[in-house]
Amino acid sequence: MGVTRFPSRADGLADRMTGFIAHLRMNGMKLGPGETQDALAALGAVNATDPGQARLALKALIVPDAEGWRQFDDLFDAYWFNSGKTRTGTENAHVRVQSARPTLWRQHLEAPGEGAESDGDTTPGSGEGEAEGIDGRLIASRTDNLRKRDLRELMDEDSLRAAEQAAQDLARAIRDRRSRRRRQARRGEMPDLRRILRASLARGGEPLDLFRKRRPERPMRIVALCDVSGSMQLYARVFLAFVKGLIDVDTTADAYLFHTRLMRVTPALRDHDTLRAAGRLSLMAEGFGGGTDIGAALGEFAETYAARALTRRTVVIILSDGYCTGAPERLAEALARIRRKAGRIVWLNPLLGWKAYAPVAAAMAAALPHLDAHLPANTIEALAALEPEFARL
Amino acid sequence: MTTGPHIELKQALGRIGYVADDSLAMALHLALSLGRPLLLEGPAGVGKTEVAKALTEHLGTRLIRLQCYEGLDASHAIYEWNYQRQLLAIRADQAAEEELFSDKFLLRRPLLEAITQDTPPVLLIDEIDRADEEFEAYLLEILSDFQITIPEVGTIAAKARPVVILTANGTRDLSDALRRRCLYSYVDYPDRETELAILAKRGPEIEARLARQIVGVVQALRREELEKKPGIAEMLDWSAALAGLGINDLTEDRTAVQATLVCLLKTAADRDAAPAEVMDRIIGKVA
Repeated sequence: MGVTRFPSRADGLADRMTGFIAHLRMNGMKLGPGETQDALAALGAVNATDPGQARLALKALIVPDAEGWRQFDDLFDAYWFNSGKTRTGTENAHVRVQSARPTLWRQHLEAPGEGAESDGDTTPGSGEGEAEGIDGRLIASRTDNLRKRDLRELMDEDSLRAAEQAAQDLARAIRDRRSRRRRQARRGEMPDLRRILRASLARGGEPLDLFRKRRPERPMRIVALCDVSGSMQLYARVFLAFVKGLIDVDTTADAYLFHTRLMRVTPALRDHDTLRAAGRLSLMAEGFGGGTDIGAALGEFAETYAARALTRRTVVIILSDGYCTGAPERLAEALARIRRKAGRIVWLNPLLGWKAYAPVAAAMAAALPHLDAHLPANTIEALAALEPEFARL
Repeated sequence: MTTGPHIELKQALGRIGYVADDSLAMALHLALSLGRPLLLEGPAGVGKTEVAKALTEHLGTRLIRLQCYEGLDASHAIYEWNYQRQLLAIRADQAAEEELFSDKFLLRRPLLEAITQDTPPVLLIDEIDRADEEFEAYLLEILSDFQITIPEVGTIAAKARPVVILTANGTRDLSDALRRRCLYSYVDYPDRETELAILAKRGPEIEARLARQIVGVVQALRREELEKKPGIAEMLDWSAALAGLGINDLTEDRTAVQATLVCLLKTAADRDAAPAEVMDRIIGKVA
């Protein structure tokens, strides 16, 4: 499966090119019908019978980004030389995983018995079994007692819904606060000469009305990194709802999940097709609920996505309890690297709300100096109380 | 794969002193023959901007450069009215409105400049990812139709289509719409042979043995975990520094070599990551 069959009765170049574009599209490149025509035009500009030239020409023309640049040669060989390479890319893989574990997403995002949105995806599969298997190794025993009290509050049907609501409200509140900051100022830095001059024409060339302009304050961008390891399992649903809330109300927000690895979930969370979103997320959440290596995950983030995701106007929100199997030094180093590029780092810690909690865990202690804020996020009230805290940032 | 129009272009650029690989040469050839903009992506310091300069020289035309930055807006990129002169003209001549918004008072910024040339220039839009998304959207109209609309004057269509080269190094993701309008080429750090060829072109006075050492060290440093990997420009700077100090062999005067590393390593952390012992090891390997 997965081999693109070369059409044996293809009528001429145009047909084959259409097939090639379709082949690329199937492998995850975003191409429109215009590309086919362009591709034929490009071949007109080179000696199309020379496969080397044709390859380079099509590569320059069709590939849209660095990832495609790396894939293209293999895809080209697979199609034109019929070398029997299977499709690469995620599309293929996630179809498989989607049918295998369809309900993982729903379990974490929606209250039980409320899966109206994703009712369509109850394909029979091993999804429930997997998730429960993960449930088994939830929490470190020393925190068991405390956690259970928290757990009872959160697992109560109504308060869970309320928590989701609060999370989404908060996400909207942050957005609203940010958009209110764009207010037009009366006194700007620069005279708006274009407007002044336009207005002066009506007054015989006397610039009587003075207009000023200033740069609008840009909204802060949010990058959320959510811990979905075993110890966070109980909070994962609420936090995922929180992250989804952020993504839903803000088109520039960016979201990542991590346990031992890191994955970007923005496109999945933004997917309007719930069924597809569920499939994508469950693929990404492979190992969902396992151990945590926050340092490694954040290090990976700093290495890969940070260059694109972080600017001085970015607020990085980390949702984690700080229980980490990796070395604390790595966590500190990763945070320091993120710190250099990001505007603010806020750590939302569900454990922080407990009376007796002090951030003595090695990882948390190492992380603290790099944080702008370390805020509790264990109850609905705590989440709701975050709003003024964010306003101060 | 040794013939073809792109190889001719590659050789022509080589004569000017720019060493391009086959895929880049092909992308440039297509940009010229199809009249499409070319988007170059890749790490800093691999010669993306140099491509435009070399191409300009090859075509014997003018280079118009627009350096993008955050907050770049239409009045700095496209056009602006010369308000001071307009105000004076109103006072002095009681100028009529049509006169006020005429060519006389129009300040041409790079984009307008580029489309009003009689001979097609090379338009370099450098570091497009630094400009904000609004500007990118504005650019789309210009790149697809090569025309600019000024409300007071009307639409100005390009007399000659400029050759457009955009560069980006991943400060932020570019929109699909922009990517779709452009040809694309990813420019990576050169391999050993290419880099040797570049050094031979740009620093012909460097002896072959030293050149091999320089390229070997720089390539080894790029494999280290550095914040800012040394690019081609850094490599050329370093070779010039070594030549200036009269160093013929990296293994000889180690203190001087260590001192010249300021050309390659541009942050404090990177300096610390390459102490004398590490450099000894690297130089020992390549020598």
